[in-house]
Amino acid sequence: MLKVNDINVYYGAIHAIKGISFEVNDGEVVTLIGANGAGKSTTLNTVCGLLRSRTGSIEFLDRNLASIPPHKVVELGMAHVPEGRRIFQQMTVEENLEMGAYTQARSTIAPNLERVYEQFPRLKERRRQVAGTLSGGEQQMLAMGRGLMSNPKLLMLDEPSMGLAPILVEQIFEIIKQLHKAGTTILLVEQNARMALSVADRGYVLETGKIVATGTGGELLRDEAVKKAYLGG
Amino acid sequence: MSFLNNVITGISLGSIYAIIALGYTMVYGIAKMLNFAHGDIIMVGAYMCFFAMGSFNLPPAAGVLLAVVVCTVLGIVIERLAYKPLRSAPSLAVLITAIGVSYLLQNGAQILWGAATKTFTPIVSTAPEARLVLVPGQLSISYVAILSIVCCIVVMIALTLFTGQTKMGKAMRACSEDKGAAQLMGIDVNTTISVTFAIGSALAAIAGVLMCSAYPVLSPTTGSLPGIRAFTAAVFGGIGSIPGALLGGILLGVIETFAKTISTELSDAVVFAVLIIVLLVRPAGLLGKYVPEKV
Repeated sequence: MLKVNDINVYYGAIHAIKGISFEVNDGEVVTLIGANGAGKSTTLNTVCGLLRSRTGSIEFLDRNLASIPPHKVVELGMAHVPEGRRIFQQMTVEENLEMGAYTQARSTIAPNLERVYEQFPRLKERRRQVAGTLSGGEQQMLAMGRGLMSNPKLLMLDEPSMGLAPILVEQIFEIIKQLHKAGTTILLVEQNARMALSVADRGYVLETGKIVATGTGGELLRDEAVKKAYLGG
Repeated sequence: MSFLNNVITGISLGSIYAIIALGYTMVYGIAKMLNFAHGDIIMVGAYMCFFAMGSFNLPPAAGVLLAVVVCTVLGIVIERLAYKPLRSAPSLAVLITAIGVSYLLQNGAQILWGAATKTFTPIVSTAPEARLVLVPGQLSISYVAILSIVCCIVVMIALTLFTGQTKMGKAMRACSEDKGAAQLMGIDVNTTISVTFAIGSALAAIAGVLMCSAYPVLSPTTGSLPGIRAFTAAVFGGIGSIPGALLGGILLGVIETFAKTISTELSDAVVFAVLIIVLLVRPAGLLGKYVPEKV
């Protein structure tokens, strides 16, 4: 579904991504794990077009994304739930969800809202509330619900567990599992490597802009080097 | 009764400020820039209406329509040519550019239409008897004042519905909060900014025609002072806030009118003194929103 081939991304003189290649197949949950500053978010931002690679190619559903502006990528079926949630704080919960469906035909909004509210009953209770007043966990649910409103073929989640209490982290990963079961393809970026690998079909380990290890979730969980570096021994 | 008369004059003047302030505040809200050329759009709008009615003998409605169309196009063109290339430039560069565009418009008008002051043909009669008398001999309200207030109310209602109910209006609010996240939703930020400039400039055209009808002198610098005052009104009410622009505009008009009864020369000083006091107490302006962010 998604083929990333040898991308190199720079912030000015800083070489942030050094020749990364990976792919995500239909129906898979793939995770990119790594420490702070390894280039995980940069990779996602490049995939969705907010940043550009100097080399290589990014293919999504057999289309080259090189010259497609970020707001058009959504129409192709890619939703990006960004790091830090980035919900629209001054808009209501329902308005946030409507924005998620910006590229969709008007007729699909009502059934999609229904589906998202079913997935996140909490959001339905608070649909008229201004999003800035939600708790951190609710904001993350809103950000994910907003991403799902565009009926994405690929859902990219950037650090969905960041800053959440352990019980909420469990909940978020439970939701990821459900989405996976329902057939959604997910590219998951996480610092919480143990959780991420336990839900993922496959994973890639990023270190200072390079992929240093890859394998199935289980393989990486058992890998000595990965254990040492990311799973606390 | 002179108190009530002043209140009415102040509200009608304030309505015009409010319409201009809306343009400032919407553009600031979405592009995070102070468009100091906004005042000069008013002037261009007034000239368009002046020529349509004076040189081509078109009816007032056609004059207003021409002004709105020309200013809308002008606003979009200015944004595309002058501001869009500076989207990621430091805000100071954008500010200086806006001041440059302001001078360009003023000097352009001077070349095209001459520096001499022209007498504007009001779109509604301003004859002494063209007034709605409330208390004979004491309290009355001119038709121009009524028109200004009605326009302001209509514009406010229309904008509230637009930003609250329509897809484009909501996209605008989304962009004004977080352009990156708006892009991730599939919103075309550039188009949204263009639409904002178009709306702001159309409002400036209407304000220009109303203002020149109430105070019928027209020159290439006609727009600059009302522009500054409307900018003050926008800051006063809380820049970025649409109800704030309305409140700031009306208050500014009323304060200015009362200050003029004390001293014409000092009226601007009084207006700005009030602004300074308000900003000392409420730095975000009267209705400026401070939403605590939860992380």
